[in-house]
This record gives sequence, C-alpha cells and structure tokens, in this order.
Amino acid sequence: MSATTQSPTASDSRTPSPSRAARLLGDRRLPVAVTALLFLLMYGGGLARYQYYGFAEPQVFLNLFIDNGYLLVAAVGVTFVILSGGIDLSVGSMIGFTTMFTAWLVERQGLPLLVVVPMALAVGALGGFLMGYVIHNFEIQPFIVTLAGLFLFRGLCLVISKESISISDSTVSSLAQAQASLGAGFLSIGAIVSLVVLAVAFYVLHYTRFGRRVYAIGGNEQSAMLMGLPQGGTKIAVYTVSGFCSALAGLLFTLYIQSGDPLHATGMELDAIAAVVIGGTLLTGGSGYVLGTLFGVLVLGLIKSIIQFEGTLSSWWTKIATGVLLCTFILVQRFMTTRKKA
Amino acid sequence: MTTSSTTPSRWRALTRHHLFWPVAVLILLLLVNVPFTPDFFSVRMADGHLYGSLVSIVLFGSPLILVAVGMTLVIATGGIDLSVGAVVAITGALACSYISDQNDQGALSGVLLAMGLGLLAAVVCGLWNGFLVARMGIQPIIATLIIMVAGRGVAQLITDGQIITINSEPYKLIGGGYWLTLPFSIFVVAAVVAVTVALTRRTALGLLVEAVGGNAEASRLVGIRSRRIKIMVYMFCALCAGIAGLMISSNTSAADGNNAGLWIELDAILAVVIGGTSLLGGRFSIGGTVVGALVIQTLTTTIYTIGVPTQTNLVFKAAVVIVVCLLQSPKFRAKVFGAKFAARFAAKGGAKPAAAAADPAAATEAAPKMEVS
Amino acid sequence: MAEPRPVLEMAGIVKEFPGVRALSDVDFRLFPGEIHALMGENGAGKSTLIKVLTGVYTLDGGTITLDGRSVRIASPLQAQQAGISTVYQEVNLCPNLSVAENIFIGREPTRLGRIQWKRLRREAAELVDRLGLDIDVGAPLSSYPLAVQQLVAIVRSLNTGGGEGPGTKVLILDEPTSSLDRDEVLQLFSLMRRLKDEGVAILFVSHFLDQIYEVCDRMTVLRNGTLVGEHMVSDLDQVGLVQLMLGKAMGQLDELHEHQLRSDAGDTLVQAEGLGRTGGIAPFDLEIKEGEVIGLAGLLGSGRTELARLLFGADQPDTGKVTIDGRPVSMSAPNDAIGAGVAFCSENRKSEGLVPDLTVRENIILALQASRGWTRPIPVAQRDELVAKYIKALDIRPANPEARVGQLSGGNQQKVLLARWLITQPKLLILDEPTRGIDIGAKAEIQKLVVSLSEEGMSVLYIAAELEEVLRLSHTIGVLRDRRLVAQIANGPEITPSRILETIASGEHQ
Repeated sequence: MSATTQSPTASDSRTPSPSRAARLLGDRRLPVAVTALLFLLMYGGGLARYQYYGFAEPQVFLNLFIDNGYLLVAAVGVTFVILSGGIDLSVGSMIGFTTMFTAWLVERQGLPLLVVVPMALAVGALGGFLMGYVIHNFEIQPFIVTLAGLFLFRGLCLVISKESISISDSTVSSLAQAQASLGAGFLSIGAIVSLVVLAVAFYVLHYTRFGRRVYAIGGNEQSAMLMGLPQGGTKIAVYTVSGFCSALAGLLFTLYIQSGDPLHATGMELDAIAAVVIGGTLLTGGSGYVLGTLFGVLVLGLIKSIIQFEGTLSSWWTKIATGVLLCTFILVQRFMTTRKKA
Repeated sequence: MTTSSTTPSRWRALTRHHLFWPVAVLILLLLVNVPFTPDFFSVRMADGHLYGSLVSIVLFGSPLILVAVGMTLVIATGGIDLSVGAVVAITGALACSYISDQNDQGALSGVLLAMGLGLLAAVVCGLWNGFLVARMGIQPIIATLIIMVAGRGVAQLITDGQIITINSEPYKLIGGGYWLTLPFSIFVVAAVVAVTVALTRRTALGLLVEAVGGNAEASRLVGIRSRRIKIMVYMFCALCAGIAGLMISSNTSAADGNNAGLWIELDAILAVVIGGTSLLGGRFSIGGTVVGALVIQTLTTTIYTIGVPTQTNLVFKAAVVIVVCLLQSPKFRAKVFGAKFAARFAAKGGAKPAAAAADPAAATEAAPKMEVS
Repeated sequence: MAEPRPVLEMAGIVKEFPGVRALSDVDFRLFPGEIHALMGENGAGKSTLIKVLTGVYTLDGGTITLDGRSVRIASPLQAQQAGISTVYQEVNLCPNLSVAENIFIGREPTRLGRIQWKRLRREAAELVDRLGLDIDVGAPLSSYPLAVQQLVAIVRSLNTGGGEGPGTKVLILDEPTSSLDRDEVLQLFSLMRRLKDEGVAILFVSHFLDQIYEVCDRMTVLRNGTLVGEHMVSDLDQVGLVQLMLGKAMGQLDELHEHQLRSDAGDTLVQAEGLGRTGGIAPFDLEIKEGEVIGLAGLLGSGRTELARLLFGADQPDTGKVTIDGRPVSMSAPNDAIGAGVAFCSENRKSEGLVPDLTVRENIILALQASRGWTRPIPVAQRDELVAKYIKALDIRPANPEARVGQLSGGNQQKVLLARWLITQPKLLILDEPTRGIDIGAKAEIQKLVVSLSEEGMSVLYIAAELEEVLRLSHTIGVLRDRRLVAQIANGPEITPSRILETIASGEHQ
C-alpha cells in the first residue's frame, strides 16, 4: 500500500511519443500513397507492355480524366458521405436520372441548356437533402434510405421515357467537342469540371469548419455530438453534397455520351464506392482524402484502358479486377484498424 | 354482451399476429386488381396446366421468394447480403454454359451435374461472405459488396459476355415446366421453404440465429458459436440464391451474366422487411418473408393490370420502401403518432427496446438502483 | 480560517424519476482552487447530481448558484457556456483528428471561412505547453494512449469558455482514472494540481480510495440520494469514509449478522494462479472448493466484476492459469469455461444476459442448447418439462413460457437468467450482483436458492454490494480494493462486517 501513496514528482508529465515506424503505419496518408504507387506501377507496366501501341502518348493519360471525369465527380460526392460514416447507393440512379431529365428538357421541352443545368443540379441537391433529412431525423440506416433513392430515381427515369433520348442540341454538341489544349494533349470540359470539383472538395474538406465536422462525425458521431458539433446538419449537408455531385456527374455524363437513357450509369454507385475505398478512405468513416479518391478513379480508369490495349481481354475483367482490388483494400483496411486498436 | 366483449379481443389477437399486416397488404393489393380484371381470381385449366393471375404471381415470384428466404436468416443474425444478385447470375451462367457444352443437352445426368456445379459455386460464394463477416469481422454490407461488384464480371467471364441459350428439356423443368398441372417452380419453392422452416424450427438453428441477432454479447456469454452460425447462414443464403439462379436461367433457357437477378438483392431485402423481420436482427419470420415477396410480385402484376405504365414500378417500390421503413422507425412514429402510440407499437414487437428508447434520460437512469444498504 | 466564497453552490437539490427520488434535498459546495471528491456507491446519486449540474437533467427543486449568481442550466451547451466543463470516463473526442484539432474543433480560428491551420496549431501548442504537457499537437489523437487522450479532453474542456485563456470555472472529472495505469494517473494528477493552482474548482469522481486521499482536498459523500457528509479529506480516515458510504456504523452492522454456515468444504474445484488482466484486475490466486460459496466484497469499481469475468473467459486474461477439476482450462472464450462447468450471470442483465425479443422459454434453454449445438435440439417434451420445472421452482411470473422476456420485471428476468444456467447443472455458478434492482421478496428467494445449491454441492462465486448479504451466504470472503484481491477470509463467528469493512478501507487484514 505504501507504493501507491507516494507523492508524485511535481510536473513530470512527459508522454511517450509514438515510434517512427508506428507513426508511418498510423499515418492516414499512407493508403493514398499506396494507391498512388499502385497507379504508377500499373501505368509503368502499361508503358512497358504497350509502348509500341501508343500507350506512352500523353493523350492516353489525359484520356483517363476525359473518360472518367463524371465518375470522379460522383466519387467525390460519395467520399463526403463515406467520410461521414454513411453510404449512398443512389448515385448511379441519380446520374441516370439527370441524363434523362436533361435530355428530356433540352430535346422535348426545348429549354435552353443554361436553364436546364441549374434545374438538374437543384433537383440532385434536393434529392440528397431529402435522403439526409430522413436519415438524420428518423434514424433509419443510410443504406436503406439511399436504396429507396436508388429505386425512386431509376423509376423516375423510366417515367420520363422508356426510350433513350439522343441530344442533338447544338450547344451541347459544341460543349462536348470543346477541348482545352495542354500542349502535348487536350482535356475536355468534363475533365476540367471534374478537376475543379476535386479542388473545391479538397478545400472544403480541409479548410472549412464544415469539412472538419464531416471528419469528426465520421470518426465518432457520439463524441462529435458531445463536443457540441451540429452533427445532424452536417449529416444532411453531406448527403446534399453527394446528391449535387451526382447530378453534376450526370450532366458531365450527358455531355460525354450526348444522350439520356433510363439505363445509363446502372450500378455506377458501386464504381464510385469502389473508387473511394481503393483511394484509401475507410468505409467506417473518418479517415481518407479526396486526393485518394482521384487515384482510386484513375486506377479504375487505367484498368479499363489496359484492358482496351490488351485487346484480347474482355470488358468484364474490369469488374473482376475492381472486385479483387476492392477486396484487397478492404482486408488491408481491416488489418490496419485492428492493429491500431491492439 | 358476451359476444361484444370477446370480439374486440379476438380482433386484437388477430391484428397482433405477426403475419397480420403483411397478409392484409397482400389481400388489399390483390383486391385492387378486381375492378380492372374481373376474373382476376379465376384459375383456368388448359392443356393440363393451370393458368391464372394467382398462378403467375407465384410463378414469377418464385426466384424472389427463394432469395428472400435465404436473406431472412442473414438479416436475422444482424447481417445483410448484397451479393445474391451476382450469385444468381454466376449460378445460371455456370449451369447453362456446362449444359451448352454437352453433346446431348437433354441428358439428365449432364443437367444434374450442371446444376450441382452451379450450386457448388453459389455455396462457395456464401462461404467467402461468411468468412469475411464472421472470421474477419468486416461489416456485412461491405463484405458482400465485393462479390456484388466482382460476381457479375465472373458471370460474364463464364458466359464469355454472350447470352448463352440452351435447349434442354430436363433443365427447362425447374423454372418453366409443369408438374401435376402446376408450374414446377412452385414445388421447388415449397420444398425450399419447407426445408428452411424445418431446418430453423425443428432444429435449434432458428433459436440460435435469433439469439445472435437479438443480443450478440449475451450470445457470446452463453457460449453460442456465433461464427459458425453466421458462416452457415451466409452459405444457406447463397444456396437459395443459387437455386433462384437456376430457376431464372431455366425459365428463359438462357444465361445472361449481366442482367440475371439484377436488383434482386434489393427486392429480397424489401420482402424481408415487409414480412416483419427487423433489419436490426433478432426475431425472424419465414412465412412473413414469403408473404412479403408475394406482395412485391403482386405489386408488379397489379401495376401491369391496372394499366399504369410498367415503368412506374420502381417508383412504387421506392414508395413502399420509404413507407415501411418510416413505420418501423421509432422516431418517426413518435413524431407523427405521438409517443404513446410509438411505445405501444414498440412493445408489440415492432422494434427492439434499445432502439425504442427514444428518450435517453429514461433509458439511462429511469430507475436508479437502490441496493446499497 | 475564513472560508472564501464558493464558486458553485447547489442547495436543496431534488431530482425525481417515476417512482424514485434520486436526489432529495442535497446541498453541495465547490470552492475555487480545490479538488473535491464526490463519493457514493451505486444508486447514491452521484451521476444524477453531475447530470443535473451539467444540464443533462433538469432539476425538480433547489437552486444552483455560480459565482454568486443564480443560474438555470437547461442543456450541456449552457453548462459549458456558464463555465462548467465535464470530462467523462470515455474520451469523447475524435481519434481520427489531430490533437490540435480536437482541442479546437467547432471553434477553429478562421478568416473568411478559411481555417487558419498555422494559428490553430500554434495556439494549441501554446495551451498544451502552458499546462506543462509534452504533446505533439500535430499528431493524430489515436497515436496517443488513452491517458494522454484524457488530458487532451481536459485541455479542450478548459478552452470552451471562448475568448482568451481558460474560461472554465468548474471542471468535472467523472471517473477519468478507471483505465489508467499508475504513471498515467500521476500525469493526470499533476495537470489537476496545476489547474487547481490557477483557481479552477475540480470535482473529481473515482472509485479508487487511495487516489481520493492522494489528490483531493475535500469530499462530499452521498448515499441513497441524500447528503451524508461534507468533510476535509484530512479529517476523515478511510474506515470512516467507507462507513459513511455504506451507511452503517460498525455496531449496527454486527447485530444484523448471524451465522448458519457449514464449514465442511469438499475437494478443490477451481484453482486460479496469477490470473490477471491489464486494466482489469491485478494478478490473483483463488481456490474454490466444491460446494463452497465465495463472496466478493468491495466497493463499486474495486474489481469484483473484472475478477468474475476472467474466471468465465468473458475477458481474456493476460497472465496466469486456471485449472478446473484438475484439468487446465484456457479461458480464451466463454465456451472454454462453459465446457468446464462454469456459469456466469452478468450484472448487466439487459445488455449481457437476456435476448429481450425471445420468450421466457427460449431464454431459459439458450445456454443448454448452445452447448448441445444447433443440430441436437432439446426434445420438445423434455424441454417443456425442464422449463416448467424451473419456472415453478424459481417462481417466475408470469408463469407463461411464451411471454417475451423483455416485458418481465427485473426480479423475474434475473430468475430467468438463473434458470438458464441451473438447467446446465454447472459446477461453479458465478452470480454478479444477482439481487441488484429487484424487490425484497425475489432477493430473499435468490439468497435461499444459493444456500440450497451450495448444500447440493455446487460452488458459487457471489458478488453483492451489501456486506451483510455476502457474509450471510459465504464460506469464504474475498475482499477487493482498487482492482486488487487484497484478502481471502474464512468466514466464521469472529468475522464481522466491521472487520471486512476495515479490510476494504485499509487494504489489510489482520
């Protein structure tokens, strides 16, 4: 008993600082670096294998952004949701709906694009807001609520029209063909918009209070609430952002494919979620970076290009490769989180 | 006087039965059809086969019932399986591609082998899901997402991206054939449902599943080997999905890796929820799920018969999901119907007590313990 | 000595819950620059008092005066704004964010909506530095051990006043030390002393008596929702404190005690050697004989439950080994213990015992069924007979095996749990506070049951908060204090509650 009653040495409050190795492993930027490395390795592999088939052209690299710009925008929206600890399954349907909605308004109703774009974005944001509202206020799992969103928006696509609507509007086609030259290659409007969205998302997540709240509620929602953060509003806002991004992705997709189709972007929510996870964001929330999401999208895009270059490989290998990557990253995440707790 | 006093209590007992609301919804939906198709309930006999709206609802609903029955057990353990759609596609693809490689597509042995192969693949998928959930401790939604993403690719790989069409009489039987005047698939469904009920209620499996889903920590402390049970349940769910996959591909005599069983996981989850099994796990009802699946199929049929454009089907489904989930949400009930109703509803078994405790103060220290002398 | 004016004064506090008066007419004072202990056992009203003070509960009567002004505290946010901060046992911070962010989140310095990271880090570093802590504010919180996270939580709470420097007048530390080791506790104490020197009034709750005597200046003792004393720590020794908490003077206790125990214990059943778990309980040796009832005595949080959980494999031990019936048992999971014939009724009936959705019958047969595996269901006739037998034997009401167990009263739920384990015919039955929160009648029945089980040869490990209860039932009494099994005393006529009490208070048995 004597040992425990000794008087403490006044201000001896040194704290053991974590070892370097532990710090490196615990660093939240590590998964992003891993994905970036994976991308570089795959790109290097592509260069080595297809160097005589024009893989080294800068445009091949830029095409990754052009062909996946809409996915990047959608995945950025999903990043917000997953960072906050939720999930959004309605992304693909929302994209499909936006293509239909836009095509229908432009082609069938003859509205100018300048009016249609804000309308489409507003509808997307409103959809996201409503889902967030229900999730927060009625405490229903996000999975189920956004599942209802998936049904609803895909259904609304079909309500607009069962048939595909191709867009012949001159503004749309000139926008679609517009290119920004970068010397060695060019980027489409869609690619540029997606990069702008990425930059804005990065700023919002890292330099605004809202962004930090997203991380906080993803880290521990209960704590965030007890710390006095408005966790309900943040949650609703996160789904609104995702809805808005999906609608914007839908617009870019419309531009990319120049038609509206009720079956456009079926299952794209899975691609977006996969990109986010491969980009190193923890599915349980609270840890990850939009920059990782960029690499996740690029990796998925590169899989597609490599399969194209390979020629003999068929498109379904994309899905299989995505699944395998997803699995690997989920297992790695799992090991990292258990190791941290131990 | 005696009759007037017993009738309400009997009525209450009836409305309190867990199957009351699902069945009521089903009957209501069926009745909606009558003004539009007066002979909706009639069943005709032609060529020795029974025809009629009721028969076709069960026939077309068969795969969904199968998948939903498997899903019920997974959900009862507190999990979820998103991969069933992909498993449907894989099983159909494997069975059909095996049959199409045979010289004699009608040979019974070949067909049986093909089916066995398909179901084996399904069970392996289930084992993988169960392994990830129970052994690795990954959230079920995430764990089953992997096969949901990769599975369709695998199915297309098997079919080489084509829609494989086959011409096999024995194989046609499962999903499109008739037996004793009824579609054969009805017998398959009946058999699977019967086996499931027997498996869960004649053995102790149902009890243990409900215990694991109802209170995981208590189950651990009572010595239930919940890992084994979870793995088994995911395997069973995949097996059911596999049978559904055989049925779908048999019905169309084709395997479509891309579209077979598309969104069936969502319909199945919906069927389970309508059938009264809570998504939080615990008590489950196979009967409720069957009724739930029939409700969904009837909804599709009804939309078709009353002349609403079929494409609105999904919108209706979304509405059903939203309404059912809102009604299950204790918070929603408290806000809309008042706290009293919510409490009564919860006590009836609508929600788990933890979720029902909307008032944190009441939950944490409603009755401070007074045991110190 | 002229007393300074208290920074916080609570007078005549009343708080009622349906059917229970959790606090009746409690007075409480807190002076600037003191560390004040709030003491009491389960149900004494400690946490209710804190929740009233922090605005989680609204009070039903009485007044709160802060800095001479009467205040109404309606929400935790209001409490914070008034200068009352709380740090709970569980660290309520975001482990994924950096230390600096955790200190400032929600009130980060911004310019035009942009967070000024440099300024934020600098200010956090200054704050941490001023309090004499050596923490890298840029590192993620999760890279630090729990103790440091606890310190960060305190730093954050100090800053809630807004504006410059600590605006906190009252700091409530609710069991911050329960999972810290000795060095970590010293760190925390040095921070507490520093804050005390700065004039902050600290309300400290801990189950460790030594810590109270080490760091606190004064203490307030509650029992059954009433104030039983306010003392300078130096004026009240540990025995006196324990008496106050348990509420009986020594003489009074002894009269209640009567002996009716046999002492012809059988062979050794369970032998634990050096069994222990970091953060749970220090390694201990324990021998349990066949038919023996071992009672565990000790204050709340002294390690009673932790000991029981180790013996059941509910928590994995770090050290030591257990042999049951001469065979070593690994104790890595409850299954191991159950297989060796150990049964455990948790004190948390709701979260760790019952499956509330299932019926009484299903809950009763759960343990037996789990040991048989799913393929061998108990035959219906045998099952119904067993269930009926135990419902009758334990007088479970309603006597309806179909009733949902969640709807039963606490006493009946406890009996269902007992029935669940008795049906498996265990060799050792561990009962953790089986009589807590249940009515007198059910309490007596359960105690009678324990005696008869022991006479039939079953060993029982019995945990209860009441000393008399432990003494009345036990052949041997294990005394716990500050997460340590400090004594094992053979019960006998000379063993009185006051002697046990002395052991609890001093940690030594003469």
